Amino acid sequence: MAVKVYGAAMSTATVRVLLCLEEMGAEYELVPIDFSTGEHKSPPHVARNPFGQVPAFEDGDLMLFESRAISRYVLRKYKSSGPDLLREGSLEESAMVDVWLEVEAQQYDKAISAIYIETVIKPVFFGGVPDEKVVAESAAKLGKVLDVYEARLSKSKYLAGDFLSFADLSHIPYTHHIVAGPQASLFESRPHVKAWWESLASRPAYKKVTTGTPTS
Amino acid sequence: MAVKVYGKPQAVCPQRVMHCLVEKGVPFEFVLVDIDAMEQKRPEYMEKHPFGQVPFIADGDFELFESRAIVRYFAAKYADRGPNLLGRTAEERAKVEQWLDVEAISYSPCAFTIVFNLFLLPIRGLPGNKGEAVAAMEKLDKVLEVYEKQLSRTKYLAGDEFTLADLTHIPVTRYIVEHCGLAYLLDDKPHAKAWWEDVSRRPAWKKVMSFVASGASFYSP
Repeated sequence: MAVKVYGAAMSTATVRVLLCLEEMGAEYELVPIDFSTGEHKSPPHVARNPFGQVPAFEDGDLMLFESRAISRYVLRKYKSSGPDLLREGSLEESAMVDVWLEVEAQQYDKAISAIYIETVIKPVFFGGVPDEKVVAESAAKLGKVLDVYEARLSKSKYLAGDFLSFADLSHIPYTHHIVAGPQASLFESRPHVKAWWESLASRPAYKKVTTGTPTS
Repeated sequence: MAVKVYGKPQAVCPQRVMHCLVEKGVPFEFVLVDIDAMEQKRPEYMEKHPFGQVPFIADGDFELFESRAIVRYFAAKYADRGPNLLGRTAEERAKVEQWLDVEAISYSPCAFTIVFNLFLLPIRGLPGNKGEAVAAMEKLDKVLEVYEKQLSRTKYLAGDEFTLADLTHIPVTRYIVEHCGLAYLLDDKPHAKAWWEDVSRRPAWKKVMSFVASGASFYSP
């Protein structure tokens, strides 16, 4: 039985899970949750994700939420049919994957999600206008984080080491949107970050999953 | 060579790491980083931790930062001793990771805002932002309602055993309950309250609190 992802194309967290499923060549069904009708807060969906968010994930009797936890489960379940993106055969390598996943969730996300909300969500879904002050402040924060990434990526090919991992891929959902806009310069101006991003964006799974998203 | 934990012993994230080490019976040396004097932002420290935060650990030659990555590492390294902190099956592991992410993304940001404004700033003689604290309390209360539902079905967050998912909540929750006067948030949530009373009474956590109070540098199980 194919696994099910309950989510939405504009949801970067949903895209994170879909990326992992595609990387592993897994069969899945995407069940769209309609935010415009408040479906995400409806009792059937809250039964899947008690915070009324997307994605939720179903594999037989198992129901999960939180995109990074779902992704890790997917990467383990389909381990034999795709790249080794968690490196759990090595205590130290998997720890480095965990470090940069935390950095992504804690440092990177906070800055870049604010830019996404102002420059994509507001105009596309609410017909609103970006708050340029928020955009500028968030861009400055993201720049500082990318300085750390530039230093890191000048020492190792990918974030967790010289191997591609889920820590790198987890950055794709938001970054895909931001490099389509004026803040692309934050990535273009940092050569190692730029090369790293281009490597991620060239992956077939990336192209498959980002077609049909708001800024594609 | 013993594990070295760098940070301030009263700080939440280093306490998370110490608790995991004590649960697993791993000795460590605690090396003070004076965060009140912003030592974590000095170049020498930032060579090790590029974001200038605590904790940082060294396990022999292997160095790590981000407390949740650190506790996952030790829970995996010492999987064969002490309590099982990561779940026993792929499904249980996924539940542990789900609630770890809830703590990181939905619980702790509210909790930290409360502690910062109602405790950390006032003890430095600075005014906390009451409005921010109240908004965070309202958010946290809603999050705790979700926890109450889960904990009415399972004894701990990820199932019927204590795991990392419960452990990472403890240090900041103690500040909320004991230093910010917010124990009442649990009063209308009997399962969450029982969960808090259970996890905060774990012998390993009590040892962490004694260690912090003692000002000692070396912990031996």
